[in-house]
Amino acid sequence: MKVTLKIKRFNPEVDKKPHWESYTVDVEPTDRVLDALHEVKWSIDGTLALRRSCAHGICGSDAMRINGRNMLACKALVKDVAKDGVITVEPILGLPVVKDLIVDMAPFFAHYRAIMPYLVNNDPPPERERLQSPEDRARYDDTTKCILCACCTTSCPSFWARGEYVGPAAIVQAHRFIFDSRDQAAEERLRILSEPDGVWRCRTVFNCTEACPRGIQVTKAIGEVKEALRTGVIR
Amino acid sequence: MPQYHQFDAIVVGAGGAGLMAALHASRSVKTAVISKLYPTRSHTGTAQGGISAALGNLEEDHWEWHAYDTIKGGDFLCDQDAVEIMCREAIDAVIELEHMGLPFDRTPDGRIAQRRFGGHTNNITKKPVMRACHAADRTGHMILQTLYQQCIKQNVTFFDEFQVVDVLVENGVCNGVVAVELATGEIHVFHSKATLIATGGFGKMWKVTSNAHSLTGDLPAALLRRGLPLEDMEFFQFHPTGIYKLGILLSEAARGEGAVFINGKGERFMARYMPTLKDLAPRDICSRCIYQEIREGRGVDGKDYVYLDFRPEVINRYFEEDGNPKRVDAHYLEQKLPDIIEFARVYLGVDPITQPVPIQPTAHYAMGGIPTTNDAEVLADETGRIVEGLYAAGEVACVSVHGANRLGTNSLVDLVVFGKRGGVRMAEYAKQASFRPINYDTAAKEGAAQLDRIRNNNGTERPSAIRKELQALMDDKVGVYRTGAGLEEALDHIRDLQARFRRIRIDDKGYKWNTDLMEAWELGNLLDLAEVTAYSALWRQESRGGHYREDYPYRDDTNFLKHSMVWKDGKLEIRSKPVRITRYPPEERKY
Repeated sequence: MKVTLKIKRFNPEVDKKPHWESYTVDVEPTDRVLDALHEVKWSIDGTLALRRSCAHGICGSDAMRINGRNMLACKALVKDVAKDGVITVEPILGLPVVKDLIVDMAPFFAHYRAIMPYLVNNDPPPERERLQSPEDRARYDDTTKCILCACCTTSCPSFWARGEYVGPAAIVQAHRFIFDSRDQAAEERLRILSEPDGVWRCRTVFNCTEACPRGIQVTKAIGEVKEALRTGVIR
Repeated sequence: MPQYHQFDAIVVGAGGAGLMAALHASRSVKTAVISKLYPTRSHTGTAQGGISAALGNLEEDHWEWHAYDTIKGGDFLCDQDAVEIMCREAIDAVIELEHMGLPFDRTPDGRIAQRRFGGHTNNITKKPVMRACHAADRTGHMILQTLYQQCIKQNVTFFDEFQVVDVLVENGVCNGVVAVELATGEIHVFHSKATLIATGGFGKMWKVTSNAHSLTGDLPAALLRRGLPLEDMEFFQFHPTGIYKLGILLSEAARGEGAVFINGKGERFMARYMPTLKDLAPRDICSRCIYQEIREGRGVDGKDYVYLDFRPEVINRYFEEDGNPKRVDAHYLEQKLPDIIEFARVYLGVDPITQPVPIQPTAHYAMGGIPTTNDAEVLADETGRIVEGLYAAGEVACVSVHGANRLGTNSLVDLVVFGKRGGVRMAEYAKQASFRPINYDTAAKEGAAQLDRIRNNNGTERPSAIRKELQALMDDKVGVYRTGAGLEEALDHIRDLQARFRRIRIDDKGYKWNTDLMEAWELGNLLDLAEVTAYSALWRQESRGGHYREDYPYRDDTNFLKHSMVWKDGKLEIRSKPVRITRYPPEERKY
């Protein structure tokens, strides 16, 4: 089928501001939007810049705004997103655009680093594995799926309004450790998240949950962190 | 202006092997990691089913059994001392990962859960054994995340989105690397005492592949240009269960949980070929059996695919037939295999819980690569001479622990065990070595010149067209089945493509995030590695593991129980070195 990709372009070496370009390519309906973007890049205009790697929704490189919604280009099929034969593609919002669909991810990863995204357990490790019941393991299963693609954070109006807000992805990562029975730094993470740019900036808009390509219940996870802060109990 | 950096240890690549090496090296020396991707984008993250270690959490197991299975799985081309190290140290490595926080699935009593995987057996009963430690079907994702988390905790220095274009090897010594910063196009020279390469595989020379777009073999190709050899390049694994036409991987864990192959006539054909292990036979064997079925007209609807069937009622029927008391239901499968079930739903519109899934073999894993010692030191030749200060680990390296065919889960075992050994060894070396003088300006100029040649080339050929032709050619002539005539044609064709590559033209002449330029440069690397692959495959006149020659259908231990090593100095040159055998004498491979 023929599909027209309307892409927001910006080349820092040439352009003063972004502009839209349209390209019509021949693709299969079941092709990914990433395949269509590659068709543009490989057959029409090699200057189109985007990040991509695994091409099946695991590495998290190709988050972009497709028809106004955050998705991974490798997980969106042309037949599902084309409207009257047109797909609009632009960079995710709230992070500085570097070139075309590539944004500066440094602020996003700085928020991630701020919440101590690693297991803290100061007891001497046993000779074998630390034990954890299947129930305790299941408690934080959902938030272990996060691939740090930034679909959630850059769909959040609170983040758009204030880039200092740690954002949903960082809270998801904090949740993964706060609710891990092996971890001992929940209090410290909760303290970080109780600061003005922490979890309370969340206005429960649910954009993050809708945007997550891994199906993580992001808003629910944020709610559980809020609840832990409110009650002082982690469960 | 080029920028200069100095670190005791440089790690190139931020997947499992690179991060493991960096964690261990950075405990004692100043270390930096350079990667063309953000670390969490690395391909380790797509590994699904598990990491094997003979923990024996659910049934009797021994690391010696794991070693034997690995060696037999590798069709006796593995260096057995290396395999013994890997399987013994796998146990501590998995425990170390758990201590770092890796969220393994658990047994009812809270220990690490394990499941069956292809080729992993109880050596006495010959039946499948539960050895693969897992976190649902995203074990690689959890390993990558956990190692990156630990690197943050330990404050490891990262240069993210820097592409290494040259390795400074001269007179048998490595003094660092040259990289381009993708965001700016600036050249950076990294001066080091020790450099470890962990850049993964190079499956993008094939069309149907499970490999990421970024897996283009940049560093092995760079070493080839610097006069170093590559080992066993004829051995590339075709995983039996790629999604039809797309090549996206559906983990062997599906078969570990009971899924079966079904042909166009509705038969569970693996029971005919491999009566004991059946669908859990090693990957090279399953891939050949699938093509055998297709060739004999038993593909689905006469086409070039078969089904992977993991509908609960089908799994339970064959469990019953095999005398296995286990039973599964939809909920259980959704818990154990959530990602691959979703892949089938998203990319095929097929729901594996109610429909069988069309699959075909997909180019998956490089058994060959940069030759190393058991401590990840890079070998300069077939005599065991090492390149001082240069190390390699993970898929990019050839220790060789996988021989002619890798067993499922052993890639993750390899990268944690040898990533760690490499990291430890490079730090020991860096502590006692001193920086050797290098000519920064020449290094920077040569790195920049490589890219400028492509940027300014005034030809007519589109790199994308050459890449597409290469991938179709490799699928056709250098795939699961090979012949001497086909390989000669492939070599001629690749050389023609190399000539055309010298006449390319790219659209983007800029510096900032010039992915047009980088893709073209990567294509040059793929072409060089494809040439070496076809050349090695032509040399090996036997069939062993993942390398199957229709004109030489049997294994030939008299003439080919040895590793190939290929150099490229203008033209290709091949030599060989013996396989190291300890306690597992070569035998016929039956399952």
